[in-house]
Formats: sequence, C-alpha cells, structure tokens
Amino acid sequence: MQTKKKAINFMKNILAWLISLIMLIPLVLIIVNAFKSDAEALTLTLSLPKEWTFSNFVTVIEKGKLLQSFLNSLLYAGCATIIVVLFGSMAAYIFSRRRDGTGNAAYMYMVLGIVIPINYVALMKVMQVTHLNNSVPGIILLYTATQLPFTVFLLYGFVSKIPVDLDEAAVIDGCGPVRLFFGIIFPMMRSSIVTAAVLCFLNTWNEFVMPLYFLNSSEKWPMTLAVYNFFGQYEKSWNLICADILLTCLPVIIMYLSCQKYIVGGQTEGAVKG
Amino acid sequence: MKKSKLYPWYFAAGAIIIYTTLCVIPGIIGIGYAFTDWSAYSKEIHFVGWENFKKLFSADTNYMKYITNTLLFTAVTTVAKSGLGLLFALALSKNIKLKNFHRGVMYMPSVLSILIIGLVFTSILNPKVGILNQTLRTVGLDSMTQQWLTNPKIAFWSVMAVDIWRGTGYIMTMLIVGILAIPQVYYEAAGIDGASGWNKFIHITLPMLKQTLAVTIVLNVLYGMKVFDMVYALTNGGPGHTTEVMYTAVFKQFSQGLYAEGTTISSVMFIIMVVTGFFMIKVLTKDEVQE
Repeated sequence: MQTKKKAINFMKNILAWLISLIMLIPLVLIIVNAFKSDAEALTLTLSLPKEWTFSNFVTVIEKGKLLQSFLNSLLYAGCATIIVVLFGSMAAYIFSRRRDGTGNAAYMYMVLGIVIPINYVALMKVMQVTHLNNSVPGIILLYTATQLPFTVFLLYGFVSKIPVDLDEAAVIDGCGPVRLFFGIIFPMMRSSIVTAAVLCFLNTWNEFVMPLYFLNSSEKWPMTLAVYNFFGQYEKSWNLICADILLTCLPVIIMYLSCQKYIVGGQTEGAVKG
Repeated sequence: MKKSKLYPWYFAAGAIIIYTTLCVIPGIIGIGYAFTDWSAYSKEIHFVGWENFKKLFSADTNYMKYITNTLLFTAVTTVAKSGLGLLFALALSKNIKLKNFHRGVMYMPSVLSILIIGLVFTSILNPKVGILNQTLRTVGLDSMTQQWLTNPKIAFWSVMAVDIWRGTGYIMTMLIVGILAIPQVYYEAAGIDGASGWNKFIHITLPMLKQTLAVTIVLNVLYGMKVFDMVYALTNGGPGHTTEVMYTAVFKQFSQGLYAEGTTISSVMFIIMVVTGFFMIKVLTKDEVQE
C-alpha cells in the first residue's frame, strides 16, 4: 500500500513537471532567441545563444517605437483602471445596498455586459458622433466600458458582505453618503479593490481589438498593436521579434509574479463559493 | 436617514452612463443599421429590409460556415479545457513538490496577451524553422511534420490546440482551489463507509466542484463565441476561410467598409447572447442568490 502510494505520488510529480515544461517552452524559446545574433536566429531553437547579443533590444526599442507605445499602454491601462475601480466600486456599493428594489435590476443590467458582445461597427458610429474616435480619451473610455461589468460583478460580492449595521452606525455619527463610502466602505474593500485593479490593468494592457478598430495613428498605438505591426515588418528577423515580444510581456510577467496572490485569489473567490 | 439619501443613485451614474453609451447603445442601434445598406462607399443610407439577413443565411455566402466554425471552436476548446483542467486538478491538487512553482507556471498563459501568444505560436508552428517540426524531424518522425497553419484540413485544429494550451491552466487553478476547499472530513467519513476512490469522486468531489465548473464553462463559452485575437494572430481566417470565425469576418467587413454586413453578424450575435445571457448570468451570480 505504502509503496503504491509512493509510486502514484512520483507519477504525479512527473506529470506536473511535464505540464510545466510544455507551458514554459514557448517562454524559454522567446528568451533565448531574443539574445541571438541575426544569423543564429534564422532557425528557432531552444539552444542557448553562442554569444549573448544585447543590441537586439536597442534595435527594437528604436525601430519598434517601443518607448512611445509603452507609455501609451501605461497611460491607457492606468487611467482606465483608476476610472473602472472608482466608478465600479461606487456602483457595486449602490447596487448591493439597494438590492431589494431597482438596485438588483441595475446590477443585472450591468452584469449583462459580461455576456453581450460589442458591436464594433455600430460602436464606430457612436465614437464618431461623440468625437471620441481615434482619440486618447476615447480609447480610455472604451476600456473603461468593457471592464466595468466584470469589475462590478467582482466587487459586488465583496461589498455585499460588509454589514449594513456599519452604515447605520456611521450615519448616527453624522456621516453623509460621500464620507460613508470613501471614509469607511472603500477602505474596507481594499483587498478586493486591489484584485479588481490588477485584473483590469492586465486586461487592458493585453487588449488589442479596440485600438485595432479605433486608433488609426501609429503614435497612439499601445504595445500590443505595435508588436503586431513589428511582427509583420520584420517577418524573418526572429531575434528582433523575440526581443520585441519579450519587452512587451515583461511588465505583465513582473506584475503577475508580484501580484499572483491577488490575481488567482481574487478570481477564485469570485467563482468558488465560500 | 432614508435609503434614497444614504445611497444616492448618482454614485452609480458614472458606471451606468459609460457602459450604456459604449456597450449597450451600439448593440441596439446596430440592429437598426442591419436593415440598411450602410457602407463606406455611399453617403446616404437606405432601408433595405431583411436583405442583409437573407445574405447571412443564404447558401451563396460563407457566413453559415463562420458561424459553425465559431460554435465548433467554442465547443471543442471548452470541453477540452474543462476536461483536461479537471483531470490535472485532480492529479495535482495534493502531494506535489514545488506546488507553487508549478501552479504559477501553469496559470501564467492566462495573464499574457492572447495576441502575443498567437504570434509566438506562429513561430513555433512554422513548418520550416518552427520548433515543433524541427523536434519531430530530430526524433525521426518526419512523416508527422505538418504545415500546421496553412493546411486547410488541420489549420483550425492547430488554432484550437493553441487555445487549449492557453486556457487549461486557468481552469485547473480554479478547480484546485475548489478541491482544496472541500472539507477533508467528507472523504474520511466516506472512507470509513468503504467508498472507493471513484465513488468519492462522483459523490463528493464532483458535486462540490459543480459551481466552479459551471462558472468556468460559462466564461469559456463566452470567450469562444467572441474569439478574435487568437485566430487573427495565427491564421487571420485562412487558408481560404477555413478558420474564419464570426469576429474575424466582422473585422474584415469593417476594414472593407461593408458596415451593414458587419453590423448584421454582430446583431445576430448580440441577440443570441442577450437571450442566452440571462441563463448564463444566473449561473455566474448563483452563490449570491443562495445566500
């Protein structure tokens, strides 16, 4: 019995390594090839570079306009995250506190946004009428609109757990609605707010479709669109492409490693009961 | 203080206005435009009745193919990700050394840009220089090398395989958290009653994971129906529309200025999703209803 158990555990560990390996190969492939010379990167292999070439990154930053697109991505994802978290938490709070009446209907209406697809063609019409097409505020508002439903869904679960007694006690102490929310409720939602913010930031950082439809000028492109364009231009230079991809993914990987517990923990709390 | 004063609606106004303007209104006016000949080539827009819808469902156009492709993609990737995710979660939830490392690695693809994953895999699946064919050649399996993304017979399966690679770790992670949340006493009690491993799985594990599975399946169905980045990066619908899905078709029409046709497909999707959406939202919000 004991030996059988040991054998099964051994197999399990082998399986874990096998899956991890399959997950890691593409990443390793990108990393090693990003440091190879032009000649060496003609074929993509997992072998280590004969000599580590760092000039690829300089070339990519210059030719791929990476700095500009990095700043664009940072601006779009940053602004959208702030607006989403602010408006999303306020809305989730109102919906949960007015649960018995129209609040529930409004919550359902909002969450329907997770399900309904965007009609990009008609959205262009709306963007033109509101003069938001091909503009920075336009793209930020688009990201905000698409991220709000899931954020409200995520935060609603948390804010519902904050007891209403607390609100009443605060009112007796003379709190108005604004001070009640920003002074008491919002700080109590801190951990869930961080989760919502991290997820929103990652999603908008990775987003590709909205700028593809609604940003025509290349100086406004975020990193995803810049890297896609770069890929088309330097089809044969795998070392440059890998360097470009690596630099584009780096902020996300750093964020993932440092915020892993919020990302996984926050999502599972939304999905797993208890 | 009265409820209306303590919880003022203007708190929710920002979210509701932005969401309504940019998500809901385009969906609704899009349905109106589906009955017109709106395009980039004419200044005036005329009412044409059901013309666009007839085109959508007629045998002369490929649209039905794109719809069935989208459904196939959704079904295959959802089933494969959920099945593999459940299998791996059961195998890897306990007694794994370095478990945080493994979980971190397996979850990682879900935080990366889908577009970039697609680009990376176009290089991996490249028939000449890609690592997959090279490896097959090295181990002497030359006969198994393929034109992964340009052979019309297998291109769509390659796309789905890449998406399964991307999405399985996410479901697995969710399910592992679910499995670890099941109280150990249930299994101990069942063990005393002499239940087999299979019975424990059917009567304890699976029912306890039902909600997690339901939520991940709904999220995957939604993702599959709206899939764009992955297909766009890997094949852009080719070769010869064999991998075309609804949203790559919409983008092509948009770029060609065929707005009316683009908005017609989008409207069909919109209506389907709103109708089925209430059911899906019920699944997503179930735990709150129970409380």
